[in-house]
Amino acid sequence: MRSTEEFRPPVTSIGAIGWIRQNLFSNFFNSLLTLLILYFLCRTLPSFINWAVIDAVWWSDGRTCNQINGACWSVITKNLRFILFGFYPYEQQWRPVLSICLLAAFIVYSSFRRAWNKHLPIAWLVGLVLIGLIMRGGVFGLPSVETEKWSGISLTLLLSIFGLSAAYPFGVILALGRRSRLPAIKTLCVLYIELIRGVPLISMLFMASVMFPLFLPEGITINKILRAQAAIVMFTAAYIAEVVRGGLQAIPRGQYEAAESLGLNYYQKMRLIILPQALRTVIPPTVSILISAFKDTSLVVIIGLFDLLRTTQVTLSNPEWTGFSTEAYLFAAFIYFMGCFVMSNFSRRLATKQYT
Amino acid sequence: MHGSVPRFAELMEEFERQVKTGKMTNPTLSPKNITPEPIIRIIEMHKWFGEFHVLNDINLSVNRGERIVICGPSGSGKSTLIRCINRLEEHQRGKIIVDNIELTNDIKNIERIRAEVGMVFQHFNLFPHLTILENLTLGPIRVRKLPRSEAEDLAVYFLEKVHIAEQASKYPGQLSGGQQQRVAIARSLCMKPKVMLFDEPTSALDPEMVKEVLEVIMQLAEEGMTMLVVSHEMGFAKSVAHRVLFMDYGQILEENTPVEFFSNPRHDRSKLFLSQILH
Repeated sequence: MRSTEEFRPPVTSIGAIGWIRQNLFSNFFNSLLTLLILYFLCRTLPSFINWAVIDAVWWSDGRTCNQINGACWSVITKNLRFILFGFYPYEQQWRPVLSICLLAAFIVYSSFRRAWNKHLPIAWLVGLVLIGLIMRGGVFGLPSVETEKWSGISLTLLLSIFGLSAAYPFGVILALGRRSRLPAIKTLCVLYIELIRGVPLISMLFMASVMFPLFLPEGITINKILRAQAAIVMFTAAYIAEVVRGGLQAIPRGQYEAAESLGLNYYQKMRLIILPQALRTVIPPTVSILISAFKDTSLVVIIGLFDLLRTTQVTLSNPEWTGFSTEAYLFAAFIYFMGCFVMSNFSRRLATKQYT
Repeated sequence: MHGSVPRFAELMEEFERQVKTGKMTNPTLSPKNITPEPIIRIIEMHKWFGEFHVLNDINLSVNRGERIVICGPSGSGKSTLIRCINRLEEHQRGKIIVDNIELTNDIKNIERIRAEVGMVFQHFNLFPHLTILENLTLGPIRVRKLPRSEAEDLAVYFLEKVHIAEQASKYPGQLSGGQQQRVAIARSLCMKPKVMLFDEPTSALDPEMVKEVLEVIMQLAEEGMTMLVVSHEMGFAKSVAHRVLFMDYGQILEENTPVEFFSNPRHDRSKLFLSQILH
């Protein structure tokens, strides 16, 4: 009689051992690399954990920090409200907090497929206006806070979100204009895109804040934040235009022809057939540009605006906290990382939608 | 082509019989079904792609209810000819008049003509991001300005006509080639066009699906739709066409009824062409 014993796969190919074998030691070169990395981690990780967690202090003041060897996270905890909210009036800082919570709620809501219908952009618009009102004040009995006082993370988020929301449609229009057959429009768009892509964002911010007011007549000033916002929008739109143009080129000619042969006009053809497909195709590079733009908002320090990075710097200029720049910048990096991570996660989920 | 060989055999026999007895057994081929007013008139039309003279002095008149099959070797300009009719290609000289509207650079005219001329492509060109139903209702809602419910009823009617009603909520990517082409035909029909253009509708299909699509086109033919078909399906041409046009090097070399064309080709080039496909 045949044995009915079940044959299990060899123990070295399944479970934890199997995973290690396949992913870390699959061939000679990989094994070498694994060993090197393990060695490197053994040398650095214990001392890092020692510094960051074990010897660290979290709630003390500056003097105590100078006497210990560990990380001084108190530079963050003691100055948190200034780092995050800058010069926003102390008692009113619940308003930026509320705004950020609302924004987070909107983002989480938008990440569910079921929410993706044509009401979503309108909901976002209403939400953004609401957030703007909460921050600005002057209504519902809220004391008004001028935009000059918005700093820290509020400024970073403001410049990013309004900047990207405006730059995206502007970029799409530029891309369509660049593919136009009318020579005037095409030349204009090409010139704009190539000029803007040829200069760094810093120089655009300089021009916006320093040179632009020189051309304005006496007495008229434009809000500094508005100028910075315009520079960021103009800059990002040029890059988005090129990415969208790539997407438009990737759509097969047959789609254009089928739309035309049905009798759709240019606007209908683009809005209903071509752009939905093209924009979906170029989601990965578009989100890369948006992530870069989010981080580029830190450049407004050049024109004297107090975004998250600048408020961190200001905290460090306080003699009590000088010398703890590592901890402070690690924290700022962490916040930027969270923002970028949310965006790339969102893009990955958008991009995996199949037409099924 | 290979899958049409069995059909050839049957049709060749039928064809021989018809020639011998001088009788046509397909009632829709009777000239009574053609109204004498021309719906398409092409007068001395020329087209160049840069230096290349792709269409050379085309003169063609198509009456309502008439069915024309255009055949010829590749590169002869057959597809370009029918694409000029709905302005997917622009002609440089001569006149094209569709439904009494002249085809010029005026975008309004072009859009009016395109609403009356339906086109079915070799590679289907369905919109992949819309469901089948949405593919069909897009034209009627946006161009004919029909309300959504009416457009959907229309779409369901034509989906049933091409025997594909159960796929209405699927996406094109989930359908086979033959099914996609039938949806493409239904999509054009939803615009209630006066003329249908077919640009090698079965060339991208495998033999089994060729049959199902040809059956749909024949059904349309029986209902009196005016159509211009560019095709290599000679059996189809014989049983459905009122006229066969043979093109080569951008010219219409021969224009005749199918019976005459296949039995007595006059031009040397057509004789060569027929000998190679009717072995």
